[in-house]
Amino acid sequence: MSWEQLFSFMQNEILIVLAILILMMADIFTGKEKKHYIIHLANFLFVVVFLAGLNVLDKEGTLFGGSFKTYPLVAFFKSTLMAGVLLIMLQSVTWIKKELIPHGFVSEFYILMWSSLLGLFYMISSGDFLMFYLGLELSAMPVAGLAAFEFYRRRSSEAAIKMVMLAAVSSAIMLFGISLIYATSGSIYFDQIQMASEVPLLELVGFVMLLSGIAFKISLVPFHFWTADVYEGAPTVISNYLSVISKAAAVYILMILLFITLRRYEETWTVALYILAVLTMFVGNLFALRQQNMKRFLAFSSVAQAGFILLGVIGGNVLGIKTVIYFLLIYIFSNVAAFGVVHMIAMHSGKENIKDYEGLYRTNPRLSLLLMLALFSLAGIPPVAGFFGKFFLYSTAASKGFYILVFIAVVNVTISLYYYLLPVRAAFLRRSENPIPHFKSDIYSKIGFIILALGLILIGIYSPLYEYIARLSEIL
Amino acid sequence: MDILTLFVVVPVLTVVALIFTRNLQQARLTALTGFLIQTAMAFHLVWKYLAERKAGNNDIMLFTKDALWFPDWNIHYSIGVDGISVLMIMLTSLIVLAGIFVSWKVDDLPKEFFISLIMLASGVFGFFISLDLFTMFVFYEIAVIPMYLLIGIWGSGPREYAAMKLTLMLMGASALLLVAILGIYFHSSADGNYTFNILEIAQNAHIPVEVQKIFFPLAFIGFGTIGALFPFHTWSPDGHSSAPTAVSMLHAGVLMKLGGYGIFRVAMYLMPQGTQFWTDFFLILAVIGVVYGAYAAIQQTDLKYINAYSSVSHLGLVLFALLMLNKVAWNGAMLQSLSHGFITALFFALIGMIYGRTHTRDVRQMRGLLKIIPFIATAYVIAGLANLGLPGFSGFVAEMNIFMGGFLNNDLYRKILTVLAVSSIVVTAVYILRVVGMMLMGPPKEEHKNLPKVFWYERTAIYILIFFITLIGILPFWWLKIIEPGVENFLKPFI
Repeated sequence: MSWEQLFSFMQNEILIVLAILILMMADIFTGKEKKHYIIHLANFLFVVVFLAGLNVLDKEGTLFGGSFKTYPLVAFFKSTLMAGVLLIMLQSVTWIKKELIPHGFVSEFYILMWSSLLGLFYMISSGDFLMFYLGLELSAMPVAGLAAFEFYRRRSSEAAIKMVMLAAVSSAIMLFGISLIYATSGSIYFDQIQMASEVPLLELVGFVMLLSGIAFKISLVPFHFWTADVYEGAPTVISNYLSVISKAAAVYILMILLFITLRRYEETWTVALYILAVLTMFVGNLFALRQQNMKRFLAFSSVAQAGFILLGVIGGNVLGIKTVIYFLLIYIFSNVAAFGVVHMIAMHSGKENIKDYEGLYRTNPRLSLLLMLALFSLAGIPPVAGFFGKFFLYSTAASKGFYILVFIAVVNVTISLYYYLLPVRAAFLRRSENPIPHFKSDIYSKIGFIILALGLILIGIYSPLYEYIARLSEIL
Repeated sequence: MDILTLFVVVPVLTVVALIFTRNLQQARLTALTGFLIQTAMAFHLVWKYLAERKAGNNDIMLFTKDALWFPDWNIHYSIGVDGISVLMIMLTSLIVLAGIFVSWKVDDLPKEFFISLIMLASGVFGFFISLDLFTMFVFYEIAVIPMYLLIGIWGSGPREYAAMKLTLMLMGASALLLVAILGIYFHSSADGNYTFNILEIAQNAHIPVEVQKIFFPLAFIGFGTIGALFPFHTWSPDGHSSAPTAVSMLHAGVLMKLGGYGIFRVAMYLMPQGTQFWTDFFLILAVIGVVYGAYAAIQQTDLKYINAYSSVSHLGLVLFALLMLNKVAWNGAMLQSLSHGFITALFFALIGMIYGRTHTRDVRQMRGLLKIIPFIATAYVIAGLANLGLPGFSGFVAEMNIFMGGFLNNDLYRKILTVLAVSSIVVTAVYILRVVGMMLMGPPKEEHKNLPKVFWYERTAIYILIFFITLIGILPFWWLKIIEPGVENFLKPFI
């Protein structure tokens, strides 16, 4: 391992750490009146990190004796996550100016979010359970801090406490599972465990515990109970982060574990995932039907979406990886856009119930259109990107002959269409005596929204992107 | 750019142009210009199609073009037309054109109205030109979704309920269709080179009979729902009665034709053995639809409900004819699709005009309209007569072929069903003449004495539609000449 390798394989991680350090220093040297400059600096730094990340997409290699791995697919996925975080950062500017600066915080928000992202990066690049667990914890703890950011609101603190408690329990169970796996196979390296199998039953128990820990992160039913409460209580930006970035990363590592380490148990985990997928889709959708609050609504919708993702995972191996990663990319765009609109409206009017959206199109047409695009993408209606993502997930499941599962999924899509149409109905079909007044978003959010809208339309139709992901997955 | 892709590109460009319009005046002119071009292109296409056939080109599909879209799944943007799709494209552009004239005075959000209308139309055009199941499905869904906004925003009555019901039922049906498409795809070839291309799948003819038996009903119900197949037709009366005029026209006139078209292009053509296995069952549903729709129409007093049920009945005939699996019946089915498209669009346009003047759609509230608005009333009589199958109009030619085709079968089962279906003609006459008698005849009501005159744009819409209804009625052979090669090609798996 040379320095050169270290810098090229771990460039994303190193640059994020550097950005965190720069931000810390800058925070010390800016006066109380000039805190808002930190926002510009942070956004600039992250754009630099993101663009630099595009340069190392083709690097491949291992560090630290196999605990840290990089290859084109994971590098691409990191860039995707960074794009997601960047879009969330663009949306959060209004919130920071309004809620954080008066309390004297700015850089803390960015530092915590980036640390969490750093944890996710280590988690998805990990080649052994040690790095995996370290990354997981590094990603979870800062988010709890972020969830508590509006500490003067009871619900925010409540959300944070709930998150810490439940995350701790799930980590404990997962760690127990990992130790069982180590006990049976004598190794913590993913590719060595693959071969060793001395006490299969105990090992299987270990894997079940491990998987339930990951299922907690992805919020699969029955590990989803924290989702709605935390999403509702936490600041919207953080709910957004939890629902896309940390979920997407957890799905990624789930696939790596299943397809590489757990190959031998394919029959077992296929059955398990089948049941989880059906449960997750039905519970997520049926609970989403009755929600009045947009954040809770999106929380259950994101539970249901996780069920659809499992359809791709069940399809297995290369086909599964490429369709799921493609879907995750689309899902990041759709959910960030949906949460972004909800966030903007909550910021400017303090309203976040579906009923409050009545007549929105007549006062804020562009925002309503973006909301519609995002919800249609989540529902999977062409020509918006979500359709393509979902279609390939179904095809993946069908390629293994799971037609009944596909059938259950499409039934669920129809159910989900009902509730995705509810906000659309409120915004477009209804009129209201006192609609949300017209407001102007700041320039950062505007840029973010334009990118999101373009992404939602183009990611699906523009097929070379899918082909690119497919090519990367095949190399893996 | 090839001449078929333009049918999708021109509407999209029209939509883009509409985004920049500022008021009703600009919006309707932009929409009109876009669709005048579209209609001109449609006639050009018919003309080129005839020239091509005359020159001896006997391919199943003409003007084909193929571009690889998602190589990984072998998804192509693959297009081509035969006589049937050419006529469907013509029908669509004429009805949208008439629809734009009818909506000349949309006052609420005019720009958004025309954008949604034309988005819908572009989905329909795309559907008719697609040869690739994936592309076809994408366009199908693009055609369904604007409906929600069109009914929900500009509709009347219980519009939110109707819009939601329609969208959910059609999307639910398309979900079934999706499973069927995947089933077809993963059995489309022996060597693992799966394909979505309809012609290739038919050529491979590799789908096992057992698989066909499972996926045929899914595809049939999936398409059948939008074609008002009996127990899945319930969205249609509510949807049509709540929709604004132009949308009812487009929906009953064109969108419901996607059902029959999809069934014979996809479900039957790709799964012939499955079709033969299931025809007896679906024939019963089709006949129930035909008879039930007609009787339900008698019971209704709302003009739009009467015509919605009449559509259920007449489109039931299309499904009935398709299931008869012979050439005469299929010719009838295609003619019926066209003819019903024009007739029902005319009906809904007239109902919109009557409602705009009298502010009621209840036949019991109107009397003697023939004396007050003679032009509209006469047109209504013409539409009614065409609908009940009077010789000289399109309805007669179509239904004649259908019943002939039905009776050509030798087994008693089909003969009996045909007789049952024929009985619907009598019932049709009852509900048409009843409305004409109640609404148009007699002394006019006092409050209706000063109804506004007919405007030029309303006349234009009516003239366009009546012209084509009579043209099909007088020159059926000219239309059959265009339809027949397509019918013959798609019947091949059954002979």
